[in-house]
Amino acid sequence: MPVLMVEDLHVAVDSKAELEVIHGITIEINAGETVCLVGESGSGKSVSSLATMGLLPKGSLKVTKGRILLDGENLLDLSPSQLRDRRATRMSMIFQEPMTALNPVIKVGEQIEEVLQAHTKLSNAETHAKVMDMLEQVGLPDIERIARSYPHQLSGGQRQRIMIAMALVLEPRLLIADEPTTALDVTTQKQILKLIKELQEKHGTAVLFITHDMGVVAEIADRVYVMNQGDLVESGEVKQILSSPRQDYTRRLLSSVPSLVPRASRPVIRKKLALQVTELNKVYGRGGFLSKAKTTHAAREVSFNLTAGRTLGIVGESGSGKSTVARCVMRMIDPTSGGIRVGGQEISGLTRKGLHPFRKRLQMVFQDPYRSLNPRLTIEESIIEGPVNYGTPPKAARARAGELLELVGLPASAAKRYPHMFSGGQRQRIAIARALAMEPELLVADEAVSALDVSVQSQVLELLTEIQERTGIAILFITHDLRVAAQICDEVAVMRRGEVVEIGETADVLGNPQHEYTQALLSAAPGRDWDFANFRPVAA
Amino acid sequence: MPIYLARRVLAAIPVMLVVAVFVFLLLRLTPGDPAAILAGDMATPEQLERIRATLGLNDPILVQFVRWIGALLQGDFGTSLISSTPVIDLVADRMWPTIWIALITITLSVIVAVPMGVVAAWKQGSWVDHLVMTFSVLGFSIPVFVIGYLLIKVFAIDLRWLPVQGYKAPSQDLAGFASRAVLPALTLASIYIALIARMTRASLLDVLNEDYVRTARAKGLTETRVLFRHALRNAAVPVMTVIGTGFALLISGVVVTESVYNIPGLGRLTVDSIFARDYPVIQALILLTSGIYVLVNLLIDLSYSLLDPRIRY
Repeated sequence: MPVLMVEDLHVAVDSKAELEVIHGITIEINAGETVCLVGESGSGKSVSSLATMGLLPKGSLKVTKGRILLDGENLLDLSPSQLRDRRATRMSMIFQEPMTALNPVIKVGEQIEEVLQAHTKLSNAETHAKVMDMLEQVGLPDIERIARSYPHQLSGGQRQRIMIAMALVLEPRLLIADEPTTALDVTTQKQILKLIKELQEKHGTAVLFITHDMGVVAEIADRVYVMNQGDLVESGEVKQILSSPRQDYTRRLLSSVPSLVPRASRPVIRKKLALQVTELNKVYGRGGFLSKAKTTHAAREVSFNLTAGRTLGIVGESGSGKSTVARCVMRMIDPTSGGIRVGGQEISGLTRKGLHPFRKRLQMVFQDPYRSLNPRLTIEESIIEGPVNYGTPPKAARARAGELLELVGLPASAAKRYPHMFSGGQRQRIAIARALAMEPELLVADEAVSALDVSVQSQVLELLTEIQERTGIAILFITHDLRVAAQICDEVAVMRRGEVVEIGETADVLGNPQHEYTQALLSAAPGRDWDFANFRPVAA
Repeated sequence: MPIYLARRVLAAIPVMLVVAVFVFLLLRLTPGDPAAILAGDMATPEQLERIRATLGLNDPILVQFVRWIGALLQGDFGTSLISSTPVIDLVADRMWPTIWIALITITLSVIVAVPMGVVAAWKQGSWVDHLVMTFSVLGFSIPVFVIGYLLIKVFAIDLRWLPVQGYKAPSQDLAGFASRAVLPALTLASIYIALIARMTRASLLDVLNEDYVRTARAKGLTETRVLFRHALRNAAVPVMTVIGTGFALLISGVVVTESVYNIPGLGRLTVDSIFARDYPVIQALILLTSGIYVLVNLLIDLSYSLLDPRIRY
């Protein structure tokens, strides 16, 4: 008997039963097996898992048809208190963002103890011993201290280990992992995936792993279910799905995954330096009166050049200082020392007022397209605001906005609409159009495609390349994703703890890394042995 | 934490000094002669000269200020012009009724309002929620004196359960104190219950959508535990702010309620001394009120770091 058997599950909007978000899916997971549920945003993969746990948001979604059998018992027939009993004891869940998934005001040890207090009659001493044993099992150091810590005092990887300890402390039969490594750095991701695998083997847990990342799928899955817009598109053994997908959707999904094999750098056509950064330093936290003098060197002696028409990538994990460099270049924060030259002119020491003429030449695209456009302004108003501020007549600016929207692949008629009427990918195109409206020489893209689904991601990357060829703009591309960097950048700088450890042509840095950190990053990239776009293993 | 505490107490000194300067200048900067203000309209030139001499008004202003501050630090706030008793005694007498009523009001409000807000947020959109919200609107919009007289009519005049008005110190007659404190506290609490319940509801609603609340449910905890242990503590900071400011406002005097129930508190003392132009008393009251505000703000900030370990100073 399978551990979990989801049969013909339908989920609909609570008030309108005809508005279905899941149209009858069937999923089966056996003990000790890892099943990946993959799909892009809106595919319904998270909703399916929440339905299984009985955690669908009350009043907005409900199961309308089907059965969810856990060890043969239909969870949909249980009373709320019976369902509560099954949680954590028979089925558990871990979530995407371990920072927000843990209660910030309760010590992590107590948060794990709570599971035992709710479901067992162990004494305080036994509870404590069990928690410590579990913390040991998830590979945390100095467990007594960690148990007394609050979530914000731990790193992202440690927090996810705590979540795993909490989920597995009662040895449930089923573990649902909803994008558990998406918010983590690649090296941490690798460790967490390994840990889940180890504990699964030890306890024989069935794992339902929800992810959008084909690399992770290639790394861990036994079997794969592909979902799209509430439908189950295809399912099968991982090898079969990756090498010979039967459905068009799956094929397209796989071909959109950017390859880790770097593309060749384009020849330098223009000699003009768009950006020159020399020995840039940024130190945070100068000690004040009676306060602790603790400083952080967020960027240390960072130097690079970027010529017009080329793309320089800055890659690194969280806290590497890549965003700090981008913000210094944009002069959103003031560098502590060092030079930033834009088109040959020094801007690092300029005042707000002196900076004004330069703002036009530097534009930025941000990570989250849902929050970077003002929801109260039509997209036309957002696009023309900058040019009008710099003296373009509104009428001319509006005409230009229409052209720009067409350039980024949206109809000019979209101009009068508001941001919420667009999808994430469309919004990112709008954000790019807004940046281009200023006719900048340098575009800084800070994780500009990280929040997008792979198919949309590849479109936006193509768009950037196309615009670059047409306008000769220079792009500073900040990303944590080596796959994206390999495909869009001519040159790459690898940063760690505020320092550039390796810099050069992308083909050299990612193709033949010299620094051990770059090597570690590459070896941690999930699915590095699989060439997704060609449905076969990477040729050695 | 001790360093933070020391720093905050040190930071309060300049604040209080600014208030002191303002209070000192209040008399000196008002148009005309302070002595004439103090002495009133019917004073003779000899009387004026005598007042000037006793107040030291003929000395340079800096000398006067230093002397005044020196006296303050020794607890000498001067003498009331009306009753000729030391200001400090006058204020100390009137302080206790106000403090007692304020404490009872705030305690009552928190006990009633917080669970009300929690249930309203939990059952958002249900009839319970609507009931709580309706009560909140009423509590805000009905004037205090209407509630006061209404309560007196029902409980003191019609039912005769409680005395109409007056005040007894709890040290002398605890039952008498309690029976006289109930109605004023209820009257004042109506506003604070409305305010705190609304704040609790709003702030809890934000928190209930957080990931850790979902985690708590995924652990199989009961709803009560999810709400009170996981959600409420995270929602507590804005609620604490309202409670703190509410308390400070109550201390600085609630004139209408004190008048309705004939309580000899700070509110009425303030109004009386303003009408009588009893400057030394007004000065002392301003200093006391600002001192209480500074203290309450310090306590609120300290409570933040107890409620939320991420807040460290």
